[in-house]
Amino acid sequence: MIKFLKRFYLVIVLLFLYLPIAVLIIQSFNAGVSRAKWEGFSLKWYQELLQSPTIMEALYVTFTIAIIASIASTILGTLAAIGIHAMSRRPQAAMMTMTNIPMTMPDIVTGISLMLLFIFTRVERGYFTMLLAHITFDTPYVILSVLPKLREMNRHSYEAALDLGATPGYALRRVILPSVRPGIITGALLAFTLSLDDFTISYFTTSPLVQNLSTLIYSETRKGVKPTMNALSALMFVALLILLLAVNYRSTKTSEAK
Amino acid sequence: MDQTRLITLENVSKEYDGTFVLNDIDLYIRKNEFLTLLGPSGCGKTTTLRIIGGFEYPTTGKVIFDGKDITNDPPYKRRVNTVFQKYALFPHLNVFENIAFGLKIAKKSKEAIAAKVDKTLELLNLRGFDKRAVDSLSGGQQQRVAIARAVVNEPEVLLLDEPLAALDLKLRKDMQLELKRMQQALGITFIFVTHDQEEALTMSDTVVVMKSGYIQQIGTPKHIYDEPQNAYVANFIGESNIIRGVMVKDELVHFCGADFNCVDFGFKKNEAVDVLIRPEDVYIVGTDIGQLIGTVRSVLFKGVHYEMIIQAGGFDWKVHSTTMAPVGSRAGLSVVPFNIHVMHVEDETVITQEDRT
Repeated sequence: MIKFLKRFYLVIVLLFLYLPIAVLIIQSFNAGVSRAKWEGFSLKWYQELLQSPTIMEALYVTFTIAIIASIASTILGTLAAIGIHAMSRRPQAAMMTMTNIPMTMPDIVTGISLMLLFIFTRVERGYFTMLLAHITFDTPYVILSVLPKLREMNRHSYEAALDLGATPGYALRRVILPSVRPGIITGALLAFTLSLDDFTISYFTTSPLVQNLSTLIYSETRKGVKPTMNALSALMFVALLILLLAVNYRSTKTSEAK
Repeated sequence: MDQTRLITLENVSKEYDGTFVLNDIDLYIRKNEFLTLLGPSGCGKTTTLRIIGGFEYPTTGKVIFDGKDITNDPPYKRRVNTVFQKYALFPHLNVFENIAFGLKIAKKSKEAIAAKVDKTLELLNLRGFDKRAVDSLSGGQQQRVAIARAVVNEPEVLLLDEPLAALDLKLRKDMQLELKRMQQALGITFIFVTHDQEEALTMSDTVVVMKSGYIQQIGTPKHIYDEPQNAYVANFIGESNIIRGVMVKDELVHFCGADFNCVDFGFKKNEAVDVLIRPEDVYIVGTDIGQLIGTVRSVLFKGVHYEMIIQAGGFDWKVHSTTMAPVGSRAGLSVVPFNIHVMHVEDETVITQEDRT
């Protein structure tokens, strides 16, 4: 009986989590416009999706921003992590708090404060501001994936490289970066994923003329949910699922290797 | 030994957050010397080594290498190489690449690198390991790779920071001999850091005993053992009986309620002193002829000898002897004048006594 209850509980939880997404995916294949009636299997919403210039434009914005932001934040975050790692204890604790606060802060606060900053500095909101915002919220996650790898390193590895004649730059390229590579890749994947699925911060830091997929879905659904949006959401879900699986696979693999 | 002073430390002090971990260190290291910095953890031995390697800069003082001031040179400009305590091998490189690291930076040709690495692998009994990942090696093998990675660059000085600390006893003994052999074969100056007094005595030409940032004594292993500067050095090197006493006059010292002839002189009249007598220098004799008479408190069998604690003259004497006196029995103790070593009472800031060959 207890065993049954346990199972039942688990099923309920999973249903709550995944039923909406399942409905969404099923609906995206529904031939009819009505959400109440199943009118047969069809791929036409997906077709329509590909033919819509606004959606293709948003797709382009989303991916270019995700790629540029993840590359920029990976470079920034990795260098920041190396710097933080080299600090003595107190400044290190201060820097870590400063790194953690943006991650725990609600997205809406980050979004509004960035928006206010752009208005205050008279930077016109659009593609560039959205990119800056993405780099900003991605960077702490990269720092947090690289730091543990740095801490795992033998603390004399860098000194050993200098001892053997390496300049600090050479030691960074040939010893430190290769040793923390797994952390850098995990951080980059994480940044890419976060950037892809962000809505709130993007919403506040862009103009209505430059839309990424999530802000586009939001503004479209305000006019009434079009079935193409189901198809688009389903595609985003699948893309993010694959990325998350990749990140998780990497982190379990590295923890098993230890 | 070559008398050229290769490295000189002049008044070197090091301060961290207001506390001095090194105080006015004056020390020179000669060419081809095997010099050991010996002391407990926190005595400043590793800091001294790191200052020579260039990983720390002294707060005050100078480091002179071959006549040139290198105090502020970064590590990659110094002609020294280091074997780190936990080896610090590069985990993403294999054994060959680890050893070739320095040669590659020095822009040696591919053939030259291969030849040198091969020779070094041979020297350290690492043949056939060149393609192995460093994680797959045992502690002793990693240790050898770390040494190989340093010596392949033919440095003038090799710095070794407790390189044997992580090895088990048997392996440590083997490596001690091997390092000594290698030092002589390669003709490289070794500066070796350890807290193990036996290791220091076995391997070194010169031992530097340190305590809380001060050098206590510099000398040959034999000198340090036979003529320790103070109770601290005597206690740290080997086993000892150290008794408070009074120097009555030259060659006569008073302790445990009796006067003893000794060979020391030059102390003030009635100066308070520490008297050192090694356990193996205390002889058990008949109660009729003993200089002191006491009672045997405990006996331990140690293999080569017995270790007895004998209470006599208000002091628990540690005695090493091949003949055993049973617990509770009365025994006479006797010491010959030559084996009594009188020392000034310990003072941390005392000027270093130095006597090398």
